[in-house]
Amino acid sequence: MNNAGVATAFEPNAAPTSALIQSRGLSKTYATGNGDVIALKNLNFEVNDGEFVSVVGQSGCGKSTLLKVLAGLLPYTSGSVTLNGHPLRGPTPESAVVFQSPVLLPWRTVMENVLLPIELRKLAMASYRDRAAELLNMVGLGDFAQRYPFELSGGMQQRAAIVRALVQDPRLLLMDEPFGALDAMTREQMNLELMRIWSQSRKTIIFITHSIAEAIFLSDRVIAMTSRPGTIADVLTIGLPRPRLLSVINTDRFGRYAAKLRSLLDAQGGMF
Amino acid sequence: MVHTLDDRSPVNATLTRDTFVRTLRRYPQFTISPAILIGLIAVWWAAAHVLRMPAYIVPPPEDVLRATVRGLSYSPWDKASYWYHAGITVWEAVIGFTLGSAAGAVIGLALSHWPLLGRSWYPYIVGFQSLPKVALAPLMVVWFGFGLGGKVFITAIITFFPVLVNMMAGYQSVEPERLELARSCNASEMHLLTKIIIPSCLPFLFAGLGVASVLSILGAVVGEFVGASAGLGMLLMQYNQALEIAPMFAIILLLAGIGFLMNYLVSLAERRYCFWAQRANLARGP
Repeated sequence: MNNAGVATAFEPNAAPTSALIQSRGLSKTYATGNGDVIALKNLNFEVNDGEFVSVVGQSGCGKSTLLKVLAGLLPYTSGSVTLNGHPLRGPTPESAVVFQSPVLLPWRTVMENVLLPIELRKLAMASYRDRAAELLNMVGLGDFAQRYPFELSGGMQQRAAIVRALVQDPRLLLMDEPFGALDAMTREQMNLELMRIWSQSRKTIIFITHSIAEAIFLSDRVIAMTSRPGTIADVLTIGLPRPRLLSVINTDRFGRYAAKLRSLLDAQGGMF
Repeated sequence: MVHTLDDRSPVNATLTRDTFVRTLRRYPQFTISPAILIGLIAVWWAAAHVLRMPAYIVPPPEDVLRATVRGLSYSPWDKASYWYHAGITVWEAVIGFTLGSAAGAVIGLALSHWPLLGRSWYPYIVGFQSLPKVALAPLMVVWFGFGLGGKVFITAIITFFPVLVNMMAGYQSVEPERLELARSCNASEMHLLTKIIIPSCLPFLFAGLGVASVLSILGAVVGEFVGASAGLGMLLMQYNQALEIAPMFAIILLLAGIGFLMNYLVSLAERRYCFWAQRANLARGP
């Protein structure tokens, strides 16, 4: 995490080299009491190494299902997904999930929460302690390592959850509306924070959201999904230069991306 | 409120009345609660002395106090001493509580964790729970005799259910996201139970233990009613047959105190091992 690394990461759309995730004809069907429900239908997309990709869509369009499939938490029905060239079969240390709520265990301190994945994977805790402390410092929680989650604000809890996802140095970060429960001001702060973490750690991020503005602000590319069954309407490449400041939201170019995305999502007839 | 500056103005009196009312509102447990106790004892005293109710129906409070002091003044190894009998009752209750609640917690966890087990046993659990467990007490004398075993068994059965039911409710209420988080970290079945599920159930488990701790005294006393050679329940029956009502009151009050103490010990343990639950609730807020 040296300064040179930061500088290159801030280059516009820095060199996506190879596909980290490749999805071909991915479908997911749930069996319910009154027949099958198609949650995802024939999804084809790639996510490149180091890329920030958002998935936008209305509630119930299957975006959370997609994230759980990519995390290996849900089996898919047909098609294929590869992570780093290998077919996806269950959760792997190469990816980590950040949920909508922080899901911190209240009986553990922040540090113990951050080290939970290490403990569950039966790795040597001692060798990750320094890294955990460093990451907590990076998100401004250095002084809170020995505190309990209920002593932290909502934004701080979610930052701790992000650190927990980063502690094992995964290549892929899967984020399921991680800032959806935060107030608007905190949410903007967290978006800037996430940009900084992404540029410093150079992870690949798949970010689920229903906020068009958030998706455009953060992403290299935005996947627009439509509902019932969940399909990809289009994939939009966001050419806004980086680093992005919050003021980019007020530019015409940003507005055109937003209008384009809204029309893609509205084409399905939903208002939101 | 407007105060006129008259030198005989009751400003000071008003101020003290204000602070008095404020103290009442803020600390009712230290002001109003003791006042209620004094009131109750006064009514009791009046029933005995003013209404002149006979001592074999309502013994005067001072007789009960005298019986209590006498009962507690003997050495704990003297069989006339309340200490001796209380010790035996508490011992029965504690062993029964430990066995019953441990079984309730473990079986509750197993029935929840393996749904097939839970679903197949469910009708029998509901059936057994609707049975008044106290009705089993006479059977215990037949099976276990007049000794410790029967009392422990009846106490264990009575304390088993509240713990079992709470453990199962706790398991159901584990946030699914906690389980997903653990699965996304490739947690083993053992880790899932010990590091996620069991700690998540603790607030429910302690609620069950609180109920069970009070019920454990009930179990021991009922067990002693049907046949025992020692214990507060046995003593209560003896005084009852001799129509000595003042010592009966003393023993009943003693049992209430023991139940309160058991419950208090459980809440101390809860504060120690489940410290995060109450504060997490407070922090979540509206």
